[in-house]
Amino acid sequence: MKIRVKEEEEASKVKVKETNLWKDALHRLMRNRMATIGAVIVIILCITAIFAPLVAPYAYDEGNFWNNYAKPGKEYWLGADFMGRDLLSRIIYGTRVSLSVGLMGATVSFVIGTIYGLIAGYAGGKVDNYMMRLVDIGYGVPTLLFIILLMVYFKSSFASIQPGTLGGMLSSIDNALGGMFFIFIGIGITSWLGMARLARGMTLSLKEKEFIETARAMGASNLRIISRHILPNIIGPCIISQTLTIPTYILYEAFLSFIGLGVNPPTPSWGMMISEGYQGMRSYPHLVLFPALALSITMFAFNFLGDGLRDALDPHMKL
Amino acid sequence: MFPYIIRRIFWAVIILLILSLVTFTLMHMIPGGPFDREKKLPSEIIANLEAYYHLDEPFWKQYLNYLGGILHFDLGPSFTSRSRTVNDIIRQQAPISAQLGLFAFFIAVALGIPLGILGALKQNTPIDYTCMWLAILGVSLPNMALGPFLIWIFGLKLGWLPIARWGGISHMILPAITLGTAYSAIIARLTRASMLQVIREDYIRTARAKGLSERVVMLHHALKNALIPVTTVLGPIFAIIITGSMIVEQIFAIPGIGKYFVTSVTNRDYPVIMGITLFFGALIVTANLVVDITYGFLDPRIRYE
Repeated sequence: MKIRVKEEEEASKVKVKETNLWKDALHRLMRNRMATIGAVIVIILCITAIFAPLVAPYAYDEGNFWNNYAKPGKEYWLGADFMGRDLLSRIIYGTRVSLSVGLMGATVSFVIGTIYGLIAGYAGGKVDNYMMRLVDIGYGVPTLLFIILLMVYFKSSFASIQPGTLGGMLSSIDNALGGMFFIFIGIGITSWLGMARLARGMTLSLKEKEFIETARAMGASNLRIISRHILPNIIGPCIISQTLTIPTYILYEAFLSFIGLGVNPPTPSWGMMISEGYQGMRSYPHLVLFPALALSITMFAFNFLGDGLRDALDPHMKL
Repeated sequence: MFPYIIRRIFWAVIILLILSLVTFTLMHMIPGGPFDREKKLPSEIIANLEAYYHLDEPFWKQYLNYLGGILHFDLGPSFTSRSRTVNDIIRQQAPISAQLGLFAFFIAVALGIPLGILGALKQNTPIDYTCMWLAILGVSLPNMALGPFLIWIFGLKLGWLPIARWGGISHMILPAITLGTAYSAIIARLTRASMLQVIREDYIRTARAKGLSERVVMLHHALKNALIPVTTVLGPIFAIIITGSMIVEQIFAIPGIGKYFVTSVTNRDYPVIMGITLFFGALIVTANLVVDITYGFLDPRIRYE
């Protein structure tokens, strides 16, 4: 879509140098200042999420009731919330929630979408036709509404299930993850369609290539051809395209937690913190502004990085 | 053109049927009935209530009943607000959301298209970079963050605008900006990309070669064609504006349909959840349908796909 004359010229100038796609892309990414800043922020966020217990000054779920609604100050850098819980620590642990939902949502929809697209593309013919028709229909269904419905269903029906059954197992996993498990599933179920289209398209074009024919002539089974020859060739672009949608998933989580269908308290989620705080904004704006800032910065970082990645990897620019 | 429209409408209906089936099934599968109370009702009363609401019939029959109701624009009763049906709720609250949405849509288009054109005309200059930088900024600012920021700056610090409730134009400004910004950014990026593509076409060179002024070339020849792809995102944008209104209406305490939807989700008022979902779904599907058909008119190549 995007045509960038300047970069095209630059690309043609460096053509003499020997380089491969990934090195080239990395080089181009590094030259994009905003993308680099985005990448650095994303790395910092990841480190914060992993080492949250070390970075956070307090526990995220223990309030000190003398300090309800404490203003930002020496004791609590960003203040404390309505239960006297340190806001900074909650924001830091919230990074964990946001990033895990981004990552796991991407993973679940990546797995579903790639497998579906692979099967459709490889099978071809009628099977492909029907499978993709289903994807077309899915595209017509509004994603956000579908997620809301799924989450209402998950939240209401798995709460009352007895332990020992499959439902009980799922709900105990969900409880252990602070309510994130069903968000992963909800996002995964609703967001694999684009992935399936991409995987199918690439499988279709790969299927006609000579090396696949050779493999078949040598007696390789379908499973072997798919797993050894097609999958490795499509997995790169599929992963990249999923990386680009991570901010969407982060936003879904914030949205769901905001309307009360996301994580369970006391698990800290930025969306939930905003929804807890916005009604008291006149008196305690910090309770809303800091989580909102955290969410915005994360979105900036991912979007700038994603934008840079897309430009860096866009094969059109090399033409 | 005609078979194309028929095909589109056919698929839109299928999608709505599927959405209604999924919605109905999911809400039906949730354990616990609508008449479960802390204090248990006598079983005769429950049986009577269930008979009254046709909840004692088999699943498929209930679904067909519900579908029949939808065809008569009857979405059934609400479980929590007894005096109002789902229809009443939508009739009373959707107009407010519609006003807000239209205003936001206007802001998005009025801001996005000029920014995109500017970026394309001044490609690879600081102006272009600033426009596109602003666009990514706009896309990245979620409603639930932008809303509080605007409230804090314009409502609390400067005190220029009211921060909640619904009244005159002044109440509409902050929520509409919150809702519209992200889409103005999307529109700006798309307009720019599409302009850049069109500017390289042969007919633009022809127009220049025959001595038309740059202004005429850009406005009459380039922009018209560049806006064709932009129309395709207007459908999805309409969709996001509707669903986005849930957050914005909540934050700004606007009594619209989005706010009520969130309330009904919190209360687990299933008929209202179903009704509003289908209402939203129908709006979105219709918007996409209209866009598809318009697109078919604007760009004849699409029809023969």
